[in-house]
Amino acid sequence: MNDETNHDAQKQVDEMDAVQANRPTVATVATENSIEPDHPVVLSMRNLSVYYGTFRAVRDVDMDIRENEITAMIGPSGCGKSTVLRSINRMNDLIPTARVEGDLRFHGLDLYDSKVDPVEVRRRIGMVFQKPNPFPKSIYDNITYGPRIAGTPKENFDEIVETSLKRAALWDEVKDRLSESALGMSGGQQQRLCIARAIATNPDVLLMDEPCSALDPIATGMIEDLMQEIKSNYTIVIVTHNMQQAARVSDRTAFFTAQIDSENDRRTGLLVEFDRTEKIFSNPADERTENYVTGRFG
Amino acid sequence: MAVATPTTVRDTASIAESLRRKRDVKGVAFQAMMFLSLVITLGVLVVLLFTVISDGWPVLSQRLGGFLTSTLRPDAVDAGVVQGLKGTFYLCAIVAIVAFPLGIAAAIYMEEYAPQNWLTSFIQLNIRNLAGVPSVVYGILGLTIFVKGWGISSITGGSSPLAGGLTLSALVLPVVIITAQEAIRATPQALREAGFGVGATKWEVIKDHILPYAAPGILTGTLLSIARAAGEAAPLLLIGTISGIITRSAPWYDVTQVQDRFTAMPTLITSWAVQPDTGFSVENAAAAIVILIFFVILLNSAAIMLRNRFESKRSG
Amino acid sequence: MTATNWDITELQGSPRRQQREKRVQAVVFSAALVSILLSVMIVGSLGFEAIRYITEVDLSRLWDRGWFPRNGVFDLKTLIVATLWVTLIAMVVAVPLGLSAAIYLSEYASVRARKVLKPVLEVLAGIPSVVLGFFALRFINPNLVESWLENANSSGNMISAGIGVGILTIPLVASISEDALSSVPNALREASAGIGARKLTTTTSIVLPAAISGLVAAFIVATSRAIGETMVVFIAGGAADTALFASNPADQGLTMTAAMASLAAGSDEVVGSGLAYGSLFFVGSILFLVTMGLNVLADRLVRKYRLEY
Repeated sequence: MNDETNHDAQKQVDEMDAVQANRPTVATVATENSIEPDHPVVLSMRNLSVYYGTFRAVRDVDMDIRENEITAMIGPSGCGKSTVLRSINRMNDLIPTARVEGDLRFHGLDLYDSKVDPVEVRRRIGMVFQKPNPFPKSIYDNITYGPRIAGTPKENFDEIVETSLKRAALWDEVKDRLSESALGMSGGQQQRLCIARAIATNPDVLLMDEPCSALDPIATGMIEDLMQEIKSNYTIVIVTHNMQQAARVSDRTAFFTAQIDSENDRRTGLLVEFDRTEKIFSNPADERTENYVTGRFG
Repeated sequence: MAVATPTTVRDTASIAESLRRKRDVKGVAFQAMMFLSLVITLGVLVVLLFTVISDGWPVLSQRLGGFLTSTLRPDAVDAGVVQGLKGTFYLCAIVAIVAFPLGIAAAIYMEEYAPQNWLTSFIQLNIRNLAGVPSVVYGILGLTIFVKGWGISSITGGSSPLAGGLTLSALVLPVVIITAQEAIRATPQALREAGFGVGATKWEVIKDHILPYAAPGILTGTLLSIARAAGEAAPLLLIGTISGIITRSAPWYDVTQVQDRFTAMPTLITSWAVQPDTGFSVENAAAAIVILIFFVILLNSAAIMLRNRFESKRSG
Repeated sequence: MTATNWDITELQGSPRRQQREKRVQAVVFSAALVSILLSVMIVGSLGFEAIRYITEVDLSRLWDRGWFPRNGVFDLKTLIVATLWVTLIAMVVAVPLGLSAAIYLSEYASVRARKVLKPVLEVLAGIPSVVLGFFALRFINPNLVESWLENANSSGNMISAGIGVGILTIPLVASISEDALSSVPNALREASAGIGARKLTTTTSIVLPAAISGLVAAFIVATSRAIGETMVVFIAGGAADTALFASNPADQGLTMTAAMASLAAGSDEVVGSGLAYGSLFFVGSILFLVTMGLNVLADRLVRKYRLEY
């Protein structure tokens, strides 16, 4: 919250670095070395670990997520990338045993501060899920649900629906059937509706958890184009299984992997490398990243 | 199919012989026996319905209107069930008002709010146990608490539809909770996540998404519970529902009757069935049973159809 | 470098909505606690009077020539023997029929047959017990029992009542057994068929043993239900509110439940001596403990097979 805790946290990170001398390149160092001017940091993670009960699902994540950029998280399954994503908008709170350690800041605010309302966090940090999950309601009601519960006046709804659907590149397809059920749309349309629904609450950040894994290539292409379109308004974090997708759409990429935890013999995810996407895919610093992106592993 | 034992010399004839379909007499007999049991069970249902309808036929065919509107009278030929219908109507209404909100709220707590701890497991175990308590024991509860309970008896007015309705509410509550829990549990996680993902609070997710999705399942449970409440006699006997003549006759909408003495269809049937006069014990009792069964089967079928439609919708 | 730092108020949310969350949680939690309150009230209402009864009653009167509560004679063996007979006969009817129906539905019936047969079983499950009482007294007793046994009591007896209770519990046995059978993984059936076993062999030597704990649970639950069933015996058991000790099931009989209902129904209100009133609670306590014990046992067995598969 204040400078002192910030300082402590950083100090802890430094100590950890000193202890683990053979640790892979620390993300922040790499980005600070780069020449291009960086966008401001919206989300910062320091030493972030997520536990399910006593099991540590992912450990020691250090990342800075920057405004109006697309940050991709890649890695083999079970490496904890979705877990990290879900800790950002506190969706992990819904799992009773989940617990977060370390520092996760959003605009400088500790997201796990007891004064923070997770409901407000989720309004500010929207989420798009793996499978399109529209509400079994009309297209219109899907979009206005978020604003309605947040107390937005009803007279703004028409405008919100139009703007959100236009941003999600869906307006022309559905403007004449807004009162029809969202379940009658194709999978790709449903997923774009879910993006429109997430946009409708006017969030800062959009989290996307493998948003194209249930879609065909054409629908995937549309979502990817859409992400490029809207990135000037939002900060996007995307988890993907698809390396090409990460390479195509993202500005920065975080590579996660899983390794056997010496403490309890279970697979724990960890962040291997975080850097600009072109560097990750052309000249990765870590051998494990190179093996993964060249297809030798994973 | 039997499998041929490996032979060193290929004896095609014997292999063909072993692969030939044999008559599985025992298997067929077993299957027939299982099927027969089911037929017997369903046959019982048919015979039962036939018996009550034919026993009650003189009343149903000749004076159904009078039977439905007439009161309890000393003569079988002009006695009717109007008070029983009224009592059962009040009981079902009270169960609907008391047990359903309470049961659904408890189910919401158990599925959506309850932390994983000893108290939750204890409540869950307790609900399961309550579901198995014999109905006559609920009668004791009703007698002690709702009829004679200190302070409560002045509200219920003693052995009244209110006391009976509360007793039956207690009786069906565990079943309402369990069926509502199952319906809530069947709501897809994706729907919850969608709600939480746009910044809904837990209650908003429950009321806007989970309850509408689970509504058919919950409704099934509630219809079955009303049917059960309509058919229960034992707890009503215990709380002292009268089977004799009820003096005050007030119209249906006079709600003050919920504090009066009363009778209900099942208790009325019971008292008629054990009388020596066959006008009561056969004809009138059977006719009253037909009316009760008609109502109960209607509720049950509605519940079953609702559930089947819901299940096919979900799987399809 | 860092985007604008926000004030904590940005993420504190709406106090109104948070308060509503707290209120809702309090309401639904109280609703869940009502179930505990119910148990406490049941145990309290039974226990208090039952203990007073047992301290006041002349214990020798609990083992006498019959059940005459208003005369202070409370022979427990009259009730227990009648309960055992009725339950035993009910199980003889319900277990083979219910189990066979379950086997047919789970192992043999086509999807279409199931779609028709299951709802019919469920309709049977919904028939009120007073109806079965009437049926046992007016149909089963004259047409089945009395035609086999000349000495059967024509105003009702334990055999007729037992058969009525049995019919009432068939759907229960069938539905719990079918749950147990259908939770046996198909891989077991395929494995058995794969080594050349016939369907009969697969069903009797693979599926039934695999589902045994669930099946036993079904029988226990049905037993508990039969012990607790009141109205069938009250109407078709042949005894009024009193009964002489009888060990022959063709005689009239008064089960624990029927004795309780009779105490209440003999007049418009439970009256008589204080002891007669107390005996209602004493018998109720025994009934409560026995059925509860059986249910807990069955519950353990069900959860055992749920764990296995």
